[in-house]
Amino acid sequence: MTTAAAPEVLVETEGPIGLVALNRPQVLNALSLPVMKAVAEALAGFERDAKIRAVVLSGSSRAFSAGADIGEFQALKDSGAAAQALDEHLARWDFIGSMAKPVIAAVSGFALGGGCELAMACDLIVASETAVFGQPEVAIGVIPGAGGTQRLTKAVGKALAMEMCLAGRRLSAREALAHGLVNRVVAPESLPSEAKALARRLAGMPPLAVAAAKEAVRRALDLPLAQGLAFERKAFYALFDTADQKEGIASFLEKRKPAFSGS
Amino acid sequence: MSPSSAAPAELLVRTERGVLALTLNRPDALNALTLSMMEGLTAAVVKAGRDPSVRAILIAAEGRAFCPGADLGDVRRLQDAGGFDLGEVLRSHFNPLIRAIRSVEKPVVCAVQGVAAGAGASLALACDLRVCAEHAKFILAFSKVGLVPDSGMTWFLPRWLGLGLSLEHAWLGTPIAAERALEFGMVNRVVPAERLRAAAGELLCQLLGMPPQAVALAKRAFNRSLEAASLEEQMEYEAQLQSWLGRTQDHAEGVSAFLEKRAPVFKGE
Repeated sequence: MTTAAAPEVLVETEGPIGLVALNRPQVLNALSLPVMKAVAEALAGFERDAKIRAVVLSGSSRAFSAGADIGEFQALKDSGAAAQALDEHLARWDFIGSMAKPVIAAVSGFALGGGCELAMACDLIVASETAVFGQPEVAIGVIPGAGGTQRLTKAVGKALAMEMCLAGRRLSAREALAHGLVNRVVAPESLPSEAKALARRLAGMPPLAVAAAKEAVRRALDLPLAQGLAFERKAFYALFDTADQKEGIASFLEKRKPAFSGS
Repeated sequence: MSPSSAAPAELLVRTERGVLALTLNRPDALNALTLSMMEGLTAAVVKAGRDPSVRAILIAAEGRAFCPGADLGDVRRLQDAGGFDLGEVLRSHFNPLIRAIRSVEKPVVCAVQGVAAGAGASLALACDLRVCAEHAKFILAFSKVGLVPDSGMTWFLPRWLGLGLSLEHAWLGTPIAAERALEFGMVNRVVPAERLRAAAGELLCQLLGMPPQAVALAKRAFNRSLEAASLEEQMEYEAQLQSWLGRTQDHAEGVSAFLEKRAPVFKGE
């Protein structure tokens, strides 16, 4: 089920894992508009593919992505032109949150600007020790436009988000781990295998419960607590109608491994 | 930056049989570090990290001393010119050099004769392995000029000497002689002065015979351990590295050579 995307984005599968890799290492995986479109299409394809249970999104060793293709901004002469040209593209990463399937960003090297935004839009981040996160847009007279100020603040808190967005401070992988921006930091050599191992773990879980858990955690970031709790409760009950819930309970009581059907 | 453009190079840079030799070459000034020497050292170490033909690095010095630290004449000139901040010079020149030596994933061997003082001692301690001449001594000269130990010294020294002895040497500036440094594990070999280069060369030769990827990752793993990682974290990290190294040809070669009772030939693959 590998569709031929733009050659700048590689799309493959490994069993139940969908793999999307930015492939413009010569420009540190700058996110041109066509590349953003291709990534979004690849993710949409995996979301539709019933065989896929989790997705790993990666870059290359020097850069996950160093950000937007700045050259594309030059022709946009005012705010109106920018909004018209960029609106649909800047909202693309919102789709990742709406996917039922979990998406893991495997980050090595630079995740700056749009690259940092893309990583943060994913559900989990596995970082190489070489990873560097930052939102340096202010230095060229703009701010993050694809969720950077919002997702970063929710991930690391106000103090650090302010410093990163206003002064361009970068975070090392270790700092990112300490501040809760990433899930784990691994040796550069083992980034692909560790990211895939996490994806396989997710793929082995009952998918309807995974999707419900993902949506509930996502809502915790947006909703007042009472509404979040109400959503959680509803989703919890709804899962009692699934075959995998029956199988999960039965296998637990019978002390055997569950065999989930995905229904 | 340095006024000595007509003089012989302050820093000799030579690559021979896989070893990048960086030689401090201001013997008349006991090899006091100028800003341009530090820039040259840092650039050479960083470049060596990316150059597959370089397998190991030697830092040595010409003349009777290794290095007495920063060139105080240089510092005084900058101070007189105004707007000068020692902290900024550490950030721009000293710290990048120490960082480069610690982070380059190739063995860095230091050959020390005579005095290694101040930032010169820090430079020696930042290297992975040290071979010393019998008369070599390390001096934390900082307090005598009203400064604290820098260029990583406050991080390196307590790891060998513990807190009390580190503070004593930092406060009083009393030298640590080569034999004493050997007892502390601060240096790897102490040899007669005339054998210094040969002994460093032998050590480098041994290192070149080892599988380079394993050598590189061992340095990284030990660095990481010293950065206050827990046992659990280190064991997990070792597992990740081993998982990768276990698939290399050098690992297979090492195992085959052991079973066949022959010397291994490593290719870095």
